[in-house]
Amino acid sequence: MSNSSWGNYLPPNQSVHPLLWRTDDLPTSRPLLAFGMGRSYGDVALNEDGTSISTRFLNHFISFNPETGLLRCEAGVSLGEILKFITPKGWFLPVTPGTKFVSLGGAIANDVHGKNHHRAGSFGAYVTQFELLRSNGRITCSSQQNTELFKATIGGLGLTGLITWAEIQLKKAPSRLLAAEATKTEDLTQTIELLTASLPAFEYVIASLDSSARGRKTGRGIVLRGNHLPEEERDNSQEKKYYRPPKFTVPITLPVSLLNSFTIKIFNTLYFYRQIVTKKKYVTHYEPFFYPQDAIGYWNRLYGRNGFLQYQCQVTTEKSGETLHTILQEVAAAGFASPITTLKPLGKKNTPALLSFPRPGFTLAMDFPHAGEKLLNLFQKLDDVVLKAGGSLYPAKDAHMSPAMFRHSYPEAAEFKKYIDPAFSSSFWKRVTKNT
Amino acid sequence: MKTIVVFGAASAIAQASARLWAEEKPRFVLIDRSVDRLKIVAEDLRTRGATDVKTITTDLSLLEKHEDIVQQIHTTPVAIYLVAYGTLGNQKAGEKDFAVARQELTTNFISVASLLTEIINDLSIKKATSPTTIAVISSVAGDRGRQSNYIYGTAKAALTSWLSGLRNRLVKEHPHIHIVTIKPGQVDTPMTADFKKGLLWAKPEDVARDIVHAIHKKRDVTYTPWFWRYIMLIIKLIPERIFKRLTL
Ligand SMILES: Cc1cc2nc3c(=O)[nH]c(=O)nc-3n(C[C@H](O)[C@H](O)[C@H](O)COP(=O)(O)OP(=O)(O)OC[C@H]3O[C@@H](n4cnc5c(N)ncnc54)[C@H](O)[C@@H]3O)c2cc1C
Ligand SMILES: NC(=O)c1ccc[n+]([C@@H]2O[C@H](COP(=O)([O-])OP(=O)(O)OC[C@H]3O[C@@H](n4cnc5c(N)ncnc54)[C@H](OP(=O)(O)O)[C@@H]3O)[C@@H](O)[C@H]2O)c1
Repeated sequence: MSNSSWGNYLPPNQSVHPLLWRTDDLPTSRPLLAFGMGRSYGDVALNEDGTSISTRFLNHFISFNPETGLLRCEAGVSLGEILKFITPKGWFLPVTPGTKFVSLGGAIANDVHGKNHHRAGSFGAYVTQFELLRSNGRITCSSQQNTELFKATIGGLGLTGLITWAEIQLKKAPSRLLAAEATKTEDLTQTIELLTASLPAFEYVIASLDSSARGRKTGRGIVLRGNHLPEEERDNSQEKKYYRPPKFTVPITLPVSLLNSFTIKIFNTLYFYRQIVTKKKYVTHYEPFFYPQDAIGYWNRLYGRNGFLQYQCQVTTEKSGETLHTILQEVAAAGFASPITTLKPLGKKNTPALLSFPRPGFTLAMDFPHAGEKLLNLFQKLDDVVLKAGGSLYPAKDAHMSPAMFRHSYPEAAEFKKYIDPAFSSSFWKRVTKNT
Repeated sequence: MKTIVVFGAASAIAQASARLWAEEKPRFVLIDRSVDRLKIVAEDLRTRGATDVKTITTDLSLLEKHEDIVQQIHTTPVAIYLVAYGTLGNQKAGEKDFAVARQELTTNFISVASLLTEIINDLSIKKATSPTTIAVISSVAGDRGRQSNYIYGTAKAALTSWLSGLRNRLVKEHPHIHIVTIKPGQVDTPMTADFKKGLLWAKPEDVARDIVHAIHKKRDVTYTPWFWRYIMLIIKLIPERIFKRLTL
C-alpha cells in the first residue's frame, strides 16, 4: 500500500491518501493523482512531491443489466472482480490487458488494449459514461455529455481528474473456455506472417518471442491464437478441470534480482522448447489464456529492489518487419535478454480517446531488470529506431521517454493539455513536458 | 429466504462479508449512520445478487433507539446478525477529555451490549426457536491494554468478556442462539486508512472469508488472520513488569 509502480519504484515525497467513498471530496493538498492497482510499470501512476489517491475502497458495483450487458461500477473495481461476476452470466470483457489485476479506472486512463485489438480496438471504445471528480466539482461524461472531457479522460493518464465510477458495454461470451492453438515459428518473418494470417479467423492473437535467439533465429517464438467456444460447447461445470486458481505470491521484494541475463536465457530457451510439437490445439479456461503472468502473485518482486523496466513500442505496419528486426538485434547486441517478450498486432483506432497508444501495426514489449546506464543507453538506441519508423512508446510502461520523443509521437498532447485539471499532475507528465 | 442483519453495514469488513453472502441471494437489513454510504452498499449488494435490501440509518450509540430498531428488524426470523460497527477513536484526545473516552466506550461496548440484550430479550418474548447466529467483531486489541489504544482496547476487552458470558448463559437458556466472537488483527480499512501498512496487515476480504467460515462452522471465538492467536498468546505471556516498559 505504498503506491509504488509495478517496476518497484517508489517516488520520494509522495503522500498517500485513499478516497474512502465515491461521494467524498478530493483532498486539499496539491498536486493530486489517482492510483489504481499500480500495474503500470513506469511513472504514469506516480506523483512525486504530490498526493497519490488510492481508489482501493471504490470497489462497489452499481448496476448490471443482464439483457444488454451494461455494467456500472466504481473505478477501483478490478477487471478480475468484474470477470468473476460476469462470466457465469455469459458475458465477457470486450477488451482485457495481460493481467486481471487492473482497476477499471486504470484501464480507462491508459485506454488499454488486449490480444484482440485488430477486432475490438481499445478499452475506451466500450466506455459509455463515467463520473469525473475534478477540483471544481463532479460531472458526468459520455459521448453526449461533456464530450471533450470524455475524450480527454479516456487515455488521459489520470490527469483530467479522478474517475469515481464508469459504465462499460460487455460482450457476450457464453463459455468461459476458449479453443486455442499454439504454433512455433522459426524466425521473425514467419512470426509476422502467421500473426497477420490469423487475424481474419481468430479473435485473439499474440506471439511470445524467444529473446535469446540470435542470427537467423531472431524473432522465433510461439504464436498463440484463440476464440471463445460457442454456446453449444459451453460446459462451465467442467471449469475446475481446466483451471485451478494459483496460490503462490512473492511475499516481499527481494534484495537482488533473481532474473539476470543468465537465468533469463535459460528461461527463454525452456519456454521455447517446452512445446515440442510445432502446432498444439487445446481447450483452455480464460485465466491461463489471458493472464499467464497472474499465476504468480507480485512476480515483479522477483526483480529485486532495483526494479525493472519494460520497453513497449508500437511500429507501423509498412516497415514493421525491418524495424522489429533491428530492435531485436540491438537488444541482443547490447547483451540483454528479456524473460517475456510479446508481439501483438494492432488494428485501426476506434476509441474516442484523444491520447491513445495503439495505432495500426504491431506492438512489441520486453522486460529488463534495471541495469542502470547501460540499459538506458540501449533504450536511447531503440527510441531512435522507433521514432525513425514513425512509432511511439506506451506511457503505461514508460519511465525514460524524452520530452522531444513524447511531443513528436503524441502530437495530440498539445490539444490534450487544455483538459488537464490544474490540481492534478504526475511524475510522468512532469518528465515528458520538462522545459516545454 | 435467509435474512441477514448487519450493524455497521458500511464497515469495510462487514461489506466484504456481505458480498460473500450475497451470492446466496439472501435478504439483507443494513444499519449504519450515513444515508449516502448505505445507499452505495445496498446498490452493490443488490447488483451482486441480494434478493432484497432494507436500510436503516441511525446512530447506534444512542441506546434509546435500540428497542425500535430491533422491532423493525424482527419482522421475519433472522439467520445471521453481524455486529461490525465501531470507531478507533482518538486515544490522545480521550486521555485529556473523559467525554471523548466515554463516547468510545459507549460506541464500542455499551451500545453493543444494549443491542444484544434487546435482540435476545425480544427473541425470548417471541419464543423464537429457529437457529440463529450472532457474530460480533471484537478485536485483538481487547486481549491486553496498551498505551497506544487502551480506551478502544478496554471497550473490546469488555465486549469479549460480555460475549463469553452470554455464550455460556445461552447454551442452556437458548441453545438455538449461537454467539461468535471475532478478533481481527490489523486490517486495511477506512478505520486504519492513515496507518503505515506492513506484512501483518490483512485485507477486509481475507477477514471476511474467516468470518463467514466461523459462522458456518459455529465457532465460538476466532482470530483472523489465524496467526494473531499466537501473536496475542505471546503478548499475553509477557510479564507486566516488562510489558509496562514496551511501546506497543
Ligand atoms: C503483467 C501485465 C500485463 C499487462 N498487459 C497489458 C496489455 O496487454 N495491454 C495494455 O494496454 N496494458 C497492459 N498492462 C498495463 C496495464 O494494463 C496498465 O498499466 C493499466 O492502466 C494498469 O491499471 P491500474 O489499475 O494498475 O492503474 P495504475 O497503474 O495504478 O494507474 C494507471 C494510470 O491510471 C490512472 N488512474 C487510475 N485510476 C484512475 C481513476 N479512478 N481515475 C482517473 N485516473 C486513474 C493513474 O493516475 C495512472 O495514470 C499490463 C501490465 C502488467 C503488469
Ligand atoms: N480495521 C482494523 O484493523 C480492525 C481490527 C480489529 C477489529 N476491528 C473491528 O472491526 C469492525 C469493523 O471495522 P472496519 O475496520 O471495517 O471499520 P470501518 O470501515 O471504519 O467501519 C466502521 C463502520 O461503523 C460505523 N459506525 C461507527 N460508529 C457508529 C455508530 N455510532 N452508529 C452507526 N454506525 C457507526 C462507521 O460509520 P462512520 O464511518 O460514519 O464512522 C463505519 O461505517 C469494528 O468493530 C472494528 O473495531 C477492526
